[in-house]
Amino acid sequence: MTKRKFGFAMSLVLAAGTILGACGGGDNDSEKSEKDSSKKDDQFTVAMVTDVGGVDDKSFNQSAWEGLQEFGKDNGLEKGTNGFDYIQSKSDADYKTNLNTAVRNKFDLIYGIGYKLKPAIEEVSKQRKDSHFAIVDDVIEGQDNVASITFKEHEGSFLVGVAAGLSTKSNKIGFIGGTDSDLINKFAAGFEAGVKAVNPKADVKIEFAGAFDKADKGQQMASAMYGSGIDVIYHAAGATGNGVFTEAKNLKQKNPEKDIWVIGVDRDQAEEGKVTVKGKEQNVTLTSMVKRVDIAVKDLATKAKEGKFPGGELLEYGLEDDAVSIAPTQDNLSDEVKKAVAEWSEKIKKGEVKVPVKPEGK
Amino acid sequence: MDALTVLSIIISSSLFAAAPLIFTALGGVFSERSGVVNIGLEGLMIIGAFTAIVFNLTFASTFGAATPWVALLAAMAVGGLLSLLHALASITFRADQVVSGVAINFLALGVSLFLVKMLYDKGQTDIIKVNFKKVDIPVLSDIPVIGKLIFSNISYPAIVAIALAFVSWYVLYKTPFGLRLRAVGEHPMAADTMGVNVAKMRYTAVFISGLLGGLGGGVYAQSISLDFSHATITGQGFMALAAMIFGKWHPLGAMGAAIFFGFAQSLSIVGSSIPFLENIPAVYLLVAPYVLTILALAGFIGRADAPKAAGTPYIKGSR
Repeated sequence: MTKRKFGFAMSLVLAAGTILGACGGGDNDSEKSEKDSSKKDDQFTVAMVTDVGGVDDKSFNQSAWEGLQEFGKDNGLEKGTNGFDYIQSKSDADYKTNLNTAVRNKFDLIYGIGYKLKPAIEEVSKQRKDSHFAIVDDVIEGQDNVASITFKEHEGSFLVGVAAGLSTKSNKIGFIGGTDSDLINKFAAGFEAGVKAVNPKADVKIEFAGAFDKADKGQQMASAMYGSGIDVIYHAAGATGNGVFTEAKNLKQKNPEKDIWVIGVDRDQAEEGKVTVKGKEQNVTLTSMVKRVDIAVKDLATKAKEGKFPGGELLEYGLEDDAVSIAPTQDNLSDEVKKAVAEWSEKIKKGEVKVPVKPEGK
Repeated sequence: MDALTVLSIIISSSLFAAAPLIFTALGGVFSERSGVVNIGLEGLMIIGAFTAIVFNLTFASTFGAATPWVALLAAMAVGGLLSLLHALASITFRADQVVSGVAINFLALGVSLFLVKMLYDKGQTDIIKVNFKKVDIPVLSDIPVIGKLIFSNISYPAIVAIALAFVSWYVLYKTPFGLRLRAVGEHPMAADTMGVNVAKMRYTAVFISGLLGGLGGGVYAQSISLDFSHATITGQGFMALAAMIFGKWHPLGAMGAAIFFGFAQSLSIVGSSIPFLENIPAVYLLVAPYVLTILALAGFIGRADAPKAAGTPYIKGSR
């Protein structure tokens, strides 16, 4: 109940502020006394619960946290229960506890980062109907107090597909996915469409490792792909993708003349591709497809602060929001390729090109 | 792809993936042959991987190209130390060996992730710059056909692993030390009567398994993942444990089983490029390693008997 009262109080304050001006003051104070004394009434507070990756995972959680920090900075909030905060999950068992902790600390908006938190949010949001939740990278339907954030990964993947299609010499391109799921197929579909758009002759081979944490398998798959003449591999496979980088670097060291590339995912993976060949620094990362979780997180927090929390809705962030894009590190792309990527990016934003979410033949 | 290329990819990638498993499985053989069940292999690999990566990152500029090898020594040392904890609990304090092994697994993961956080203030380490590579062995790789199949694109740790399996076989089956070690695992009281120090023997065996487990983790981290995070070692220790059982607690058997696992996995991956296999739906190729393992276990290797005293602490004087 307190939450609803708080929401009511918020709108009251806003209304009072605009219409009544100073007259609204007394009204405001009486409401305040009912509130948790540790918290300022007009302060919008927001928290996130990480998955097991932790807040410094150089990926999703970290990006989300950066988004919150920025939101806090823009709105003059401080880290802590009075402003914005994160709660780290050490294991899958911690999600429910952490979400409940956030609810008890009376945060106005609580993020769950990653699809792993879906069951926990579903359960807790039913019990805590007065709290607002948001899940990143998955969809929860039919819950008025939960907003879902997903990304148009296919659009970003399309752009790196364009880069791959124009950079390949053998016209053979590979894709290694973590699991054969709807989410990963979005990456595959966009990538394939991007390649075909600029290089219809190129052949895209799509394979799945079946796991996100098997670097050895990623390496074997990459070894087979590069062995069959493929010269660009796009991976959407988390830590399995580490093996792809390892294999590419091994091959580069054995034969520096050969052009082989890896396209990174989720964040700028230029660091992963660095390799020293005969005393010379080279990089096997062609570019990366980045998911800007921070932008999405900040955007939703801003909406919620304005009282426009999109409960029960699915928010899809794409190229037009800059929430998916090609990584800033593009040293290995020629100017031509960069130009083509920019052109296709415009076309997608204008809606001239519709990027598929399922690969051909699925 | 022509047949030779396919075959050379399968062989080189299965040996590459098998090397860490061979080391760790050999460690398991030593420990269990002496009568101490070692579920903690996973944890020993984790701590080995962690130590190797941290050592490699810190000392890469000092040791240059030799860094991965020196880092392996460090990984072995730390793995050995951690295994002594298991030995202390399960031999001296006669704790349940499975429970103590599981504790090692939790401890290793917790400690290493915590230390990564303390050392680097992030969830995973940077990527190492000096790592084990795939190389063509000089001279040998020039032999026609065989050279390309076996001696090209291979890693030195894989060769060491295979050599070590033979050394372990020799030690366990051809030396007095090995005889004592196996006697302690089969019938500790009889061994004790003959003047063998059971506790000392078991401590030594568990320590060796720690050295080898750490080595396996170090090899994995420095040849495959190249960094350390919570997703670096996920189940490889248990794969090694399975390889050891599959190999009937015999060093050469364990090596064969580890290579078989690597082979089955790489076959399932490369399979989609082999002409007559490419029409098979991917899911069958994905499950192939597991089906092959079950078939091999059920049909071909026959009974796998554990050392008789494995899992039971030895109490002097009790019957």
